[in-house]
Amino acid sequence: MKSNQLTEIIMKFVFLIFACFSIVAVIVICAFMFANGFPAMAKIGFGNFLLGTEWRPGQNLFGIFPMIVGSIYVTAGAMIIGVPIGLLCAVFLTFYCPKKLYAFVKPVVGLLAGIPSIVYGFFGLVIIVPIIQNVFGTGGKGVLTASILLGIMILPTIIEVSESSLRAVPKQYFEGSLALGATKERSIFKAVLVGGKSGVMSAVVLGLGRAIGETMAVIMVAGNQAAIPKSVLSGVRTLTSNIVLEMAYAADLHREALIATAVVLFVFILIINICLSMVKRRES
Amino acid sequence: MKTKLQEYKNHPFSMLMFILIILSAVIMIGAMIFIIGYILVRGIPNMKPELFEWQFTSENQSMMPAIINTVLMTLCTLVMAVPVGVFSAIYLAEYSKKGSKIVKIIRMTVETLSGIPSIVYGLFGFLAFVIALRWQYSFISGAITLAIMVLPLIMRTTEEALLAVPDSYREGSYGLGAGKLRTIFKIILPAAMPGILAGVILAVGRIVGETAALIFTAGTTAAVPENIFSSTRTLAVHMYCLLSEGLYIDQAYATAVVLLVMVIIINALSSFLAKKLTKN
Repeated sequence: MKSNQLTEIIMKFVFLIFACFSIVAVIVICAFMFANGFPAMAKIGFGNFLLGTEWRPGQNLFGIFPMIVGSIYVTAGAMIIGVPIGLLCAVFLTFYCPKKLYAFVKPVVGLLAGIPSIVYGFFGLVIIVPIIQNVFGTGGKGVLTASILLGIMILPTIIEVSESSLRAVPKQYFEGSLALGATKERSIFKAVLVGGKSGVMSAVVLGLGRAIGETMAVIMVAGNQAAIPKSVLSGVRTLTSNIVLEMAYAADLHREALIATAVVLFVFILIINICLSMVKRRES
Repeated sequence: MKTKLQEYKNHPFSMLMFILIILSAVIMIGAMIFIIGYILVRGIPNMKPELFEWQFTSENQSMMPAIINTVLMTLCTLVMAVPVGVFSAIYLAEYSKKGSKIVKIIRMTVETLSGIPSIVYGLFGFLAFVIALRWQYSFISGAITLAIMVLPLIMRTTEEALLAVPDSYREGSYGLGAGKLRTIFKIILPAAMPGILAGVILAVGRIVGETAALIFTAGTTAAVPENIFSSTRTLAVHMYCLLSEGLYIDQAYATAVVLLVMVIIINALSSFLAKKLTKN
């Protein structure tokens, strides 16, 4: 009996140690990223690094402002395309979809979430880029192309999270509104969506995180010019693609500058995460 | 039908919304079918036998080594991530008390981990394993990086599966005199198994599709690794290499088909297991 109790206690600590592993992982990741990124930022100068508009590693000019703007443009474009469609699709799946169609659509949404980003990038390269080329007569790679592709990529995230939050809204909201004489659509948009607001918000924030962190798909369709885009059709380079494009051959300060780029991205993600947990806290 | 139409005529907002809802559903379903269909239609004719030869050469651009690497990488990653993830989830679901500080911190860090983009994981792996530990571009650097990346996914799904086991199971087991440990391993884990497996399979999907975290940790050598310290490329990285060289579009189509088929199988397995859990 005694030894039994001892193993119980020991195992409890073993489980606890394993559970602390994620804490250790976050600390180690932060330590490595910041320790390697900050010295470069200091060397280049924070102002020159964050607000400099020239990225010319050959001449020791490391300004990532065009990439920050690029990331924001592309992400915003993806949200403009992905959020309304995703939200309306979630409404469709919750309130309109016939059962037979649902049994087909739901797994395919899951499939869409599982398709590797490199495959999406390839799809964008062989389909969306030529379409834009033909319609606008430009090179085809740019903000618009990347936004469309990312908009499609964040659809499954937005659909799945907002569908489950719409389903979690008590049925009385919907039925009460119907009983008061409102149409089905009015009931959905004025009662159910308002009730599920925070869930929808967290869907949007999750989609935002996925869009800003996406790398391989964007690299294929964005054109990757390190300059602030002049129009929605001109090429753009995001923070993520900046890293992948140059890391392979970068050395010394250039490499450190790329790591510092990742630090900036990391900070963006941390801010988004804090927003997400604030939304979730309000929910509960 | 006619009365419904009449009704919509009197409510322009409702009609507009109805049209928008149907329109976006059509767009979404259309996009899904188009993406999957297009890749299959263009890719299957390109599935030539030389793409599946054992040795990779610059002529055949064989994806066979990459497929083997993907399987090895997946297994190695899971060996590290699953025990850690499942044990952590056991602590969170079975031992932790509500409102305890450490649990709050753990949950916060898990959320942070799941939000970090894969390229940041890739750079971290590069700095920590390739540079600091001097493992070079190697299989093991890639596997550990991926293990950290899928850890939050496994933790979350396992915890959900454990919490879904009815309390009566636990009470019954205690009532028969079993200890907590025995209850967990003999009663709760078996009951939660389909849910845990569904989560693990989702993790497999992420590993198979990952590119950005692997390029700078496992490298891009197109051969089956001799040992855990040799560089290697998985199928997704292989596809990236084909595309960045720009000469092998046909081979890229074929690779996309293989990736897509893998993802379809993985998703089907996962949802089959999840369904099994809800039936029980």
